[in-house]
Amino acid sequence: MRRGNLTKFLVTVIAIIAVFGYYILPLATSIKQGLDLQGGTHVVLEAVDTPEAKVDEDAVQRVVKIIEKRVNEIGLTEPIIQRQGERRIIVELPGIKEPEKAIQMLGKTALLEFQDESGTTVMTGKDLKDAKAEIGQNKNSVVALEFSSDGAKLFGDLTAKNVGKHISILLDKKVLTSPVVNEPIPSGKAIITGSRTIEEAQELAILLRSGSLPVKVEVLEMRTVGPSLGQDSKEKSKVAFSIGIAAIIIFMLLFYRLSGFVATISLLLYVLLLLLGLKMLNATLTLPGIAGIILSIGMAVDANVLIFERFKEEHRAGKTLRAAMDAGFSRAFATIFDSNITTLISAAVLFFLGAGPIKGFAITLGLGIVLSMFTAITITKFMLRMLMHTNVFKNGKIFGA
Amino acid sequence: MKFDIVGKRYWFFLLSAIVIIPGLISIATQGFNLGIDFTGGTLLDLKFSRPVTVTEVREALKEHQLENSTIQLAVSEQVESSPNVFIRTHVLSDDERIAVLEGVEKSLGSFETLRVEKVGAVIGEELTKNAIFALLISWVLMIAYISYRFEFKFAVSGIIAIAHDLLLVLGVFSLLHKEIDGSFVAAMLTIAGYSINDTIVIFDRIRENLKAQPKSETLAHVVNHSIWQTMTRSIYTVLTVLFATAALYFFGGETTKNFSFALLIGIASGAYSSIFNASQIWFTWKEYEQRQRIAMKTGGSK
Repeated sequence: MRRGNLTKFLVTVIAIIAVFGYYILPLATSIKQGLDLQGGTHVVLEAVDTPEAKVDEDAVQRVVKIIEKRVNEIGLTEPIIQRQGERRIIVELPGIKEPEKAIQMLGKTALLEFQDESGTTVMTGKDLKDAKAEIGQNKNSVVALEFSSDGAKLFGDLTAKNVGKHISILLDKKVLTSPVVNEPIPSGKAIITGSRTIEEAQELAILLRSGSLPVKVEVLEMRTVGPSLGQDSKEKSKVAFSIGIAAIIIFMLLFYRLSGFVATISLLLYVLLLLLGLKMLNATLTLPGIAGIILSIGMAVDANVLIFERFKEEHRAGKTLRAAMDAGFSRAFATIFDSNITTLISAAVLFFLGAGPIKGFAITLGLGIVLSMFTAITITKFMLRMLMHTNVFKNGKIFGA
Repeated sequence: MKFDIVGKRYWFFLLSAIVIIPGLISIATQGFNLGIDFTGGTLLDLKFSRPVTVTEVREALKEHQLENSTIQLAVSEQVESSPNVFIRTHVLSDDERIAVLEGVEKSLGSFETLRVEKVGAVIGEELTKNAIFALLISWVLMIAYISYRFEFKFAVSGIIAIAHDLLLVLGVFSLLHKEIDGSFVAAMLTIAGYSINDTIVIFDRIRENLKAQPKSETLAHVVNHSIWQTMTRSIYTVLTVLFATAALYFFGGETTKNFSFALLIGIASGAYSSIFNASQIWFTWKEYEQRQRIAMKTGGSK
């Protein structure tokens, strides 16, 4: 009976330490890292009106498309392109080699050109009025073009001279499509066939429109972190994390002895769960996020301290170890709950109002508070109960009382 | 009985005032060293292959009319030169920035770009607005929650304690001319969260003791007793959180130095205001109310 409980306790301890030792590094490194850790460029762009085109939903969508196309051409592993609000677009370029070049490229106004077979530019985007995806007569997906009056003349000319030949439509000097001219088209309305799906036709239409009605894009914000600084931050965070957690563990062991040891074990589990939670939420680990984790470890200890202090009081008041421990848990619970909810309020506000890295910090802090309540109240309690039921330790001193 | 924290409360209020007022004067006279996150601008964090001095960098920036920019060496010790330099200018266009970087390379030799940041003025304004908004919203929510779980007077006393901590941190940053950037907002909200957390633990004990209070015990005694009952916890917790934050400050990266510095001061202040200010404010308020009530009664009987 006694032996059984002690074995159970030891198995739990060893299991948690083993899982921690084995998974902590792979888990920590598998969480997506923010640009401040891996290096890269974060750009916030805003679409602005030009005399030719006003910014509307369609215009921003066109800008997003064209930026996606440009970013994809750089060939980065995990770029992010994201709408923010009405007119803004966030672009994240992890590990980019020449950030200055990339930013210039992103902000460039789209240039659409129509060339004949010899490569001479005959018309540009301003001659094109509209481009839309449609379902054609044979139920195939097509892109319908409509030219301005000047454009209609130029296009009529171009098609008349190139019947049976390819003409090329280029965006930013890259060929979008090179349809074959079947007949002269003087009407100012043309159809490009050859899209396999309606989505493909839509994509092409958007890109054509982005060249015909270009809105300007301004860089509102740009942050570049060089790879060496990112690496340096990562190394230093690891050191800070290890030293911080080691100091806390030593403190807990010194002041609470066996209870402190149990708290340490549940702290290890807490760190594991926190990292797992971040991974499952697909959160991005940023430098402030790591600060949040380190800070939350300090705060996670608080729940244990509250319980142990209450335990000591109850024990001093004459209760047996077990009764004092139970009273400590149940009395401390209300305190832990109320005090943590108020902290959770600030984390929630940070999450909803903060941007980017601050959001990451809020997630770690908020998740940390919830998980620390769980580990302190359930895991610590579970292990301490087991330990007390062994009856091996009868002296309150060993529990820190 | 242990040391009478409640009885000596005016001394503790005075101590808080002595610590906070120089900061307030500094805020009023020299303001803050706001980073580009708030003001808008361009930041260049460069690591040269040799140590350079501020004067050298300023000289190199002259040809771009940027000699009035903020130039800082990225070392905490007072030294003349360092390879790592922060340059903060007004917002430079992409072309201007490239020109400046090329110019600097020509006059000071090769460097590695650690960080380049450009923040438009619009973004800065939004950040300031959001920061104030976030703080106010969190206060309203906290007051609502604490009023619901405890009482309104506790809520207001707790918020005053938070304001104490935030003013102290703001004052210290103004006095030391430390840069305030976007992460500072996160630090402030964390401090607010920590401070109220710490305060609530004591309030919780006062609430509990009031319920079990024998008639003979005075309110002052209950408050004093509650503070002492939670004293070990208050000290242990602030120590563990400070260990974590100190590790971050001393061993963490350069970019989170100011952030963890704010946390260090704020958390220490949060622990102080929880123990020595929050429940004393509540007590003073309560006592004032009681006196008013008695005065009313005696006034009525006359």
